[in-house]
Amino acid sequence: MSQSDILAGLAAILEEVAGVDPADATADKTFIDDLDVDSLSMVEVVVAAEEKFGVKIPDEDVKSLKTVGDAVSYIQRAGVAA
Amino acid sequence: MFDRMPPVSGLLVGKRILVTGVLTDASIAFGVARIAQEQGATVVLTGFGRGLSLTRRIARRLPAEAPVIELDVTDEGHLSALSDRVLEHTDGLDGVLHAIGFAPESVLGGKPFVEAPWAEVATAVQVSTWSLAALCRAALPLFSERVSVVGLDFDAAVAWPSYDWMGVAKAGLESATRYLARDLGPRGVRVNLVAAGPLRTMAAKSIPGFERFESVWDERAPLGWNIHDTGPTAQACVALLSDWFPATTGEIIHVDGGVHAIGT
Repeated sequence: MSQSDILAGLAAILEEVAGVDPADATADKTFIDDLDVDSLSMVEVVVAAEEKFGVKIPDEDVKSLKTVGDAVSYIQRAGVAA
Repeated sequence: MFDRMPPVSGLLVGKRILVTGVLTDASIAFGVARIAQEQGATVVLTGFGRGLSLTRRIARRLPAEAPVIELDVTDEGHLSALSDRVLEHTDGLDGVLHAIGFAPESVLGGKPFVEAPWAEVATAVQVSTWSLAALCRAALPLFSERVSVVGLDFDAAVAWPSYDWMGVAKAGLESATRYLARDLGPRGVRVNLVAAGPLRTMAAKSIPGFERFESVWDERAPLGWNIHDTGPTAQACVALLSDWFPATTGEIIHVDGGVHAIGT
């Protein structure tokens, strides 16, 4: 799956779970500070992303995903590995 | 509701269990729901507030997807509607898991204990302590002749770092369990708690300083303790939900690797 497909999918999840405007969900944005995604919403974003992209994102890795771009790259790598 | 044949043997065959407190697949309640289904139970979940949609997603990760009812224990409307909502999915209840607790940030995590404002303490006690009685009241019309109510505890016999007013609420939960055991026993309802060691759940992660518990368990648990494994705690809950503790009520079962029995 291409980076732009993953970004679009992630933006849709962020909109559904946390009410983020898809236009704001760009690679450079941080989940917490820029998009106001709190810890509870972040957990749901991760669960939804795992389902949508068929990957597993362990807790200890979630902490390192600061920006939307971090998550896109992680999902792309995890998808290749799977 | 099984997408495969239900097991013909198992600790909970034929049991209908209401499970609160499933938020993620690391939740203790998720472990209880999973093992309960594996042991033959029909499981109905409750979720609340902003976590409701997350609970619905996680319900799909159970061996059999479980229905999710909205239940905020501070909402009398939800409590009075509970029995009708459960009846949409099953025809009664043989067990309830109470996995509900909350304390506002201002009353836990090492803030000055003496300065805790009453309103926040009241919230902690309402959600974490009183809710056990409220849940029993709400579910009572559905109860069969033999029912097991199990709550989740963290040993409240001593003061812990960081746990603060949540610890007070848990002490209250322990007491409420004994009074509910007294009053509901004649109706065939057993009420017990499982006092687990620290587990890395969403609830735990919201307690600043939680990692200080972990070192206590590393040093003192004769059986050892894995903060990532809800299995032993969930198994104990399922055992209490089964018919194998028929004369046990008002009890606290420690599932903590033995820490409660060991001095420093």
